[in-house]
Amino acid sequence: MNPPVALAENSGWANATAMPLSRVLRAYAVEAKYESLRMLRAPGFAVPFLLLPVALYLLFAVLLFGAQIGKDPKGALYTFMGFSILGVMGPGMFGFGVTVAMEREQGLLKLKRALPMPAAASLVAKMLMSMLFVAIVMATMVAAAPLGHLQLSAGQLLSVSLVNIAGSLPFCALGFFIGSLSSAKAAPAFVNLLYLPMIYLSAILFPLPKSMYWFAAISPAYHLDQLAFASMGVASDGATAIHLLVLAGVTLAFTALALRRMARVS
Amino acid sequence: MTKRFGSVVALDELDLDVRRGELLAVLGPNGAGKTTAISLLLGLQQPDSGSARLFGQSPNQIAPRRQVGVMMQEAALAPELRVREQIDLVASYYPDPLTPDDALAITGTTPLKKRPYGKLSTGQKRQVQFALAVVGRPKLLFLDEPTVGLDIQSREMVWANLRRLVADGCSIVLTTHYLEEAEALADRVAVLAKGRLIASGTVSEMRALVVRKRITCRTTLASEQVAAWPDVQTVTRDQHGLHITASNTENVVRRLLAADDDLQDLEVQRAGLAEAFTELTQENVK
Repeated sequence: MNPPVALAENSGWANATAMPLSRVLRAYAVEAKYESLRMLRAPGFAVPFLLLPVALYLLFAVLLFGAQIGKDPKGALYTFMGFSILGVMGPGMFGFGVTVAMEREQGLLKLKRALPMPAAASLVAKMLMSMLFVAIVMATMVAAAPLGHLQLSAGQLLSVSLVNIAGSLPFCALGFFIGSLSSAKAAPAFVNLLYLPMIYLSAILFPLPKSMYWFAAISPAYHLDQLAFASMGVASDGATAIHLLVLAGVTLAFTALALRRMARVS
Repeated sequence: MTKRFGSVVALDELDLDVRRGELLAVLGPNGAGKTTAISLLLGLQQPDSGSARLFGQSPNQIAPRRQVGVMMQEAALAPELRVREQIDLVASYYPDPLTPDDALAITGTTPLKKRPYGKLSTGQKRQVQFALAVVGRPKLLFLDEPTVGLDIQSREMVWANLRRLVADGCSIVLTTHYLEEAEALADRVAVLAKGRLIASGTVSEMRALVVRKRITCRTTLASEQVAAWPDVQTVTRDQHGLHITASNTENVVRRLLAADDDLQDLEVQRAGLAEAFTELTQENVK
């Protein structure tokens, strides 16, 4: 039962095969589709990062402190923003940190480098996957917001969602850097080592003691938080340009460091 | 090409070329440098001296790699993706691939198409990896131990596909531990030991390198008597009869027939690739 298919491309031996741009772009899209699909199907990844932010938000803003928050619009806003930023950090840091380390160790990255995968397809696919996860997180947060007595207009909710989706990139870069350095076994621990202090010390969930302000100043979580406030027209600390500069700087610097490290490892 | 890892010389001035429509089998004991050689040819590692070329271009460029299919020994594909999805993904890298369904059909993996890759057995994973290697309709195929862990039926299917690919003009570089695989498929064999190319040629040339042939017969002649004849190298006797290895079997057979009228069950065999391989590598690996 041999179907009439030519198995080998038989047109000329040495002439390089041109790949039309549309097919190259399609390769990027297919890579992103399957990267997202596979992470959505991995319960150890999808459940905590998609459900935890909204579950924690409902726990704190509705069940535990619903009565107080109902009388404090500012408190309602800060709670909503804090758990949103928490949801932005996870997919990028863990999605890159753990999967890059695993793919490096288990030979998948090597196979993809041997195959004619477009050079940046894997990186772009993971970034888009993280942004998709953040988009889902923001959709659940926005859906839950009325329960948390949040008073934001549709335009404000849209702008905070868009800023947060784009804001996952610096966390992708941090995760990528860890994944390029660490073994697959150690990667979750190393990511947590950065993730947990960043949650507590970036003034996103708790007010920060003065002595720790320096940490917030270098933390992308703090700058994203303030940038998101500014995008909604709510009073925020610091200049928007500085926030953008720090977020772009972290993204570029850690992506460059990770790429350099990956080139050296291979 | 030469490649060192610290003080270990993995490849020592290896010179290897693959021609169009040819299946080259690279044989060698573990650690001989087979996988390193393939890694250099694919641009996964850079040689310390010399160069690797794919279709006259550097393997670090993507254009020549678009004509290449690959099956590596260790590659953990995403366990959450289904088989057809894996094939669809790899097909997207190539300019003019087979459809995923065609690739499934010709590699006999259609029944697996909806299964998550992580739930497959080792042999089934190898079959899927083979489908990934051929889906891009490559002109050159690198297969690192493709049939390890396959059952006989799946191995036959891989072999049939390899023969068809070669007939369609595809070139194949195959590393293998199975000598019968090289014997059944290869146009040319290259034997590596300790990173050096110690022999290369057609299967029959390789066998001819080891000139000995074996004669088996039932005879009343004494072993010592036969051992004293010219051209005879070794003589042993067991329940099947007398086993003689000789450099010139024709002379020995003539003399056997002349000396023993009751000679029975006469058989002459060339040394197989297995004997040639063992002899070659034993001489070179000390």
